[in-house]
Amino acid sequence: MSIGVKVVERPIEQTSYIRATLTGMAHTLKHLFNPEKVTTQYPEQKESISKRWRGTHRMLTTEDGKAKCVGCGLCPTVCPANCIKLVPGEDEQGNRYPLVFEIDEFRCIFCGYCQEVCPEEAIHVGRHYENAEYSREGFVYDLERLMAQTHPVCEMWDPADPKGE
Amino acid sequence: MTTIHALLQAATPGSTPHTLPYFVFTLVKLLLVFTVYMVGVALLTLAERKISAWIQDRHGPNRVGKGWLQPAADGVKNFVKEETYPAAANIPLFVLAPALAFIPALVTWAVIPFAAPWDSPWGRIDMMLAPLPVGFLFILAISSLGVYGIVLAGWSSNNKYALLGGLRSSAQMISYEIAMGMSTIPVLLLSGNVTLNRIVNQQAFETWNVLNLTIAFFIFLVAAFAETNRLPFDLPEAESELIAGYHSEYSAMKFSLFFIAEYANMVTASALMSTLFFGGWDIPFTLWDNVAPFTFLKTFLTLGCFVTKVLFFVFLYMWIRWTLPRFRYDQLMSLGWKLLLPLALGYIVAVATTIVTLDALGFARGSVPFHLGLILLNVAAVVILFVILDRGKLISPAYSRLNQRDVAKLRAVSAPRRAPLLPESGD
Repeated sequence: MSIGVKVVERPIEQTSYIRATLTGMAHTLKHLFNPEKVTTQYPEQKESISKRWRGTHRMLTTEDGKAKCVGCGLCPTVCPANCIKLVPGEDEQGNRYPLVFEIDEFRCIFCGYCQEVCPEEAIHVGRHYENAEYSREGFVYDLERLMAQTHPVCEMWDPADPKGE
Repeated sequence: MTTIHALLQAATPGSTPHTLPYFVFTLVKLLLVFTVYMVGVALLTLAERKISAWIQDRHGPNRVGKGWLQPAADGVKNFVKEETYPAAANIPLFVLAPALAFIPALVTWAVIPFAAPWDSPWGRIDMMLAPLPVGFLFILAISSLGVYGIVLAGWSSNNKYALLGGLRSSAQMISYEIAMGMSTIPVLLLSGNVTLNRIVNQQAFETWNVLNLTIAFFIFLVAAFAETNRLPFDLPEAESELIAGYHSEYSAMKFSLFFIAEYANMVTASALMSTLFFGGWDIPFTLWDNVAPFTFLKTFLTLGCFVTKVLFFVFLYMWIRWTLPRFRYDQLMSLGWKLLLPLALGYIVAVATTIVTLDALGFARGSVPFHLGLILLNVAAVVILFVILDRGKLISPAYSRLNQRDVAKLRAVSAPRRAPLLPESGD
């Protein structure tokens, strides 16, 4: 009994190393003089990102510059990574507002549930990816910072219009 | 001063070194060649990255001074990085190894003639650093020293990957050195001399060796690739198996020295190829550059010609590197020992026989019929080797045909070992 080694007989064009080398070199030479490059020159040029991109958060504001958040507590409840810290407060008229609203972007998994669950359309995940900081503390975004963000926000997936048309 | 004069005279017998101009010009040549060589090697690292980028449809380095200052930035980075020493390394050898890899690459350059001599107002000046009469033998001797740097680096790092890389490189370089030395014997047979200037002149007045001795050039080319550890023969630093091979443990400028040595070796091998097979500094199709009077213009033009040839081969190195994948280790060894070495030996016999026959037939060396005879032999050899013998068996990549006899032999060897593992026939 022997191991069934299957030996495929191939034509010379496929087995000649020298011919394969020459073909390969012709191919690379063609690309050497190809003026079309695939590189995106990053800081100057940027690739467009999806409308449904889920990046770092942004808190939308009302016309008089206050956060839309009413401190209902749905987003810290739904958050699977437990990264939202919310302490609700109430003013004299009985309007609820967040005393503390912090998101730890390192813990965040960018699932977008907070945006989906928010009844006031206040917290959003953003279409944004340039987030470098010099310290770890810089990644805990407080309410002021979340409100100061200006980047566009994510358009959530609509089950009625799955392709976004 | 007298010692230096004595040394100079020992290096160049027949010259008159007891003159100040000779001394001054030697110094100037030393400085110029060293500077140009090192700057050139630095720029080659940039060229390598640019060519690799273009072949892969990218831009390559284009940030630091439009890319031109990239070698300078790399150099500064390597100087300020931390030098690390493995705890169990053999420190003296560990420090010595990069220098041992780097120096032979530089020293080889001393005997390569890079331009036509110049009849200056102070006497004729040879355009090579040391016009040694044994020129070519010196190169063979020095180029085999390069392996010590790599082996010592692998050994002294006290790291299994480095050691394996060093072992591989020593096996590879020693194997291919034989083929390389043998492939140059036909050149020496034709020129009848080992002085590189004579070899260049012989090619200039007759024909370039690449036309007469294509097979020898082919063997030399392949062996030179293996000698310089460049792809497809870069097994000593195969990333997939050995991390970075012999320089795994090196950092900062010591790593950089290995890197520079690789490029310096590449330039030297390219210079050798152009000197031995492509007429050195000879300008093709003309003879005026090879005869007196040797003006400065001639020196300058022949230098340009030489640099062009060397740069072409350097480009070939890079072109092939970014085209071919690495060989498997057994393929590398069988190519060196089973193909290149017998081929080189057979070729020596063929060329020697042809030369003796042509001599016996009464054709003078260097005459047209003499060269026609050589070229006929060459065409026949090329056709036989690359068309008739090339059936996928010259170099055997993994997908090529297996010899049925080898398969049967392998099965027979493994049969007794496999037997106890086989299920009982009665079950």
